[in-house]
Amino acid sequence: MALTGLFLCTFLIGHLLGNLQLFAGGEEGKRAFNEYGYFMSHNIFIKVLSYTTYISILFHAIDGFLLAFQNKKARPVNYAYNKPSANSAWASRSMALLGSIILIFICTHMANFWWKAKYSSTPMPLHRVEVSAPGSEQKQSLYLTTTGSFLPTEGLVIKHGTQIYAPEVNLKVGEGYKDLHSLTVAFFGHDKSAEGFPANEFALLAVVLYALAMLTLSFHLWHGFSSAFQSLGVRHPKYTPFIQALGKGFAVIVPMAFASIPIFLYLTK
Amino acid sequence: MASKTININLKIWRQKNANAKGSMETYKLDNVSTDSSFLEMLDQLNEQLINERQEPIAFDHDCREGICGMCSLFINGEAHGPDRAVTTCQLHMRKFKDGETIYVEPWRAKAFPVIKDLVVDRSAFDRIQQAGGFVSVNTSGRTMDANAIPIPKHDADKAFEAAACIGCGACVASCVNASAMLFVSAKVSQMALLPQGKVEAKERVLNMVRTMDEEGFGNCTNTGACAVECPKEISLDNIARMNREFLKAAVTSEA
Ligand code: HEM
Ligand code: SF4
Ligand code: FES
Repeated sequence: MALTGLFLCTFLIGHLLGNLQLFAGGEEGKRAFNEYGYFMSHNIFIKVLSYTTYISILFHAIDGFLLAFQNKKARPVNYAYNKPSANSAWASRSMALLGSIILIFICTHMANFWWKAKYSSTPMPLHRVEVSAPGSEQKQSLYLTTTGSFLPTEGLVIKHGTQIYAPEVNLKVGEGYKDLHSLTVAFFGHDKSAEGFPANEFALLAVVLYALAMLTLSFHLWHGFSSAFQSLGVRHPKYTPFIQALGKGFAVIVPMAFASIPIFLYLTK
Repeated sequence: MASKTININLKIWRQKNANAKGSMETYKLDNVSTDSSFLEMLDQLNEQLINERQEPIAFDHDCREGICGMCSLFINGEAHGPDRAVTTCQLHMRKFKDGETIYVEPWRAKAFPVIKDLVVDRSAFDRIQQAGGFVSVNTSGRTMDANAIPIPKHDADKAFEAAACIGCGACVASCVNASAMLFVSAKVSQMALLPQGKVEAKERVLNMVRTMDEEGFGNCTNTGACAVECPKEISLDNIARMNREFLKAAVTSEA
């Protein structure tokens, strides 16, 4: 429980740093984010890390439910009058409830982004740039390819999701980037139908639910972070006050930083 | 200081025997001296019940001076009542207001079944102790004087603090998970800290934790409720120490 919990805390830092790139605006920001997305899905080290994360979430959740189930059984008859607030924090007594909400969030979150990016039957639009030749009003649409070059969108076709082919000779001429940036902007933006993605009419609801999920995570970590150290036997008069302060800081700052991103996208896009 | 008297209402768990279905019953008790202890107040109520030809309320007690760990009541939603660092027998009626309604219930845990009214069976604690809460000493007549073994003052103090646990079960009663970690960790710590206890340290922690689980206590999730309600102020340091001892023993044991 403690090991998977702490591993998931380090996962949160990595995932947050990636997401914070969404604050960078303009074509540069969009390109950086999509290149980052490509890196994350094509690096063997990241692949190992992501499978470790899936397994950790699964193991942590199953272990959590098992513990909660055993703990329920350990007190078959409840008190007629109980005042637990006198001796312990609400979050510490509600870890299974908080964790279950987080688990539901993780499922919807993965359905909205991970599934769409990886397995959706309709291929994901590729990263494109609109440019006009010098002195011309005419806009031209180009694919950005993984080698950093550009290919015209006209006359070329997409196969296998991201492979760009010249149709008449059936030859691969490049590989494009999945436009994850536009996917995210269209999902959370308040009126923008970005680059081939329809506008999300429930964007406000999505932002509010996301923020509530982060609040839940905040409570989970408020207790969980320092609790994991106690479970591992790491307790010392010199270091424990620091670990506890770090845990509270982590529990407030990390979920808040996560939540600020969809709020920013909703307000600005 | 002039003693005051208060009139109180009581809601008390009554249950004929282990198999009977119990319920909360309401009683009214007048002229309770604020100088009396909680158990003396229950004595007064029992006298009243006996005079009314009713069955008196069964509750556990022995020393009535906070050292035996027999008294065990869940009072107004807290183990040993609202006061800190006291057992029920050391809780005074001056902590309650005139006209107040006081809830009195037995410890609630699967491992502590109710025997009658407010009395629960805490023999699960004895079985945990028997599983490892001892040091084996050769009694052939050449027993070494414990004082001849040098022990750092700091360690001796920590062991003594852990040994202050009276096995009352308030930790289990107040834990959302009905976990016995504070009790077991105090019993493990008092030995683990001393040279005499080191010899059997590994088997001790493994056997005591296994017995704790077998007895049906819940799992610790570090809420810290136990240490707040413990009449002997046993520290959460002991739980961390037991976790260390357990991890070490589990990783290195052969079985
Ligand atoms: C990114 C997501 C999550 C993170 C970072 C996280 C982190 C943590 C940490 C650090 C602990 C403390 C472990 C300990 O005290 O030993 C914990 C406990 C717990 N977690 Fe999570 N968790 C996450 C998701 C979940 C999910 C999806 C569930 C699903 C049920 C869950 C259920 C629990 C439960 C029941 C506990 C209490 C057990 C205990 O305190 O030992 N958590 N979590
Ligand atoms: S640890 Fe404290 S509350 Fe638990 S049995 Fe010992 S004295 Fe009682
Ligand atoms: S009766 Fe002995 S501790 Fe209360």
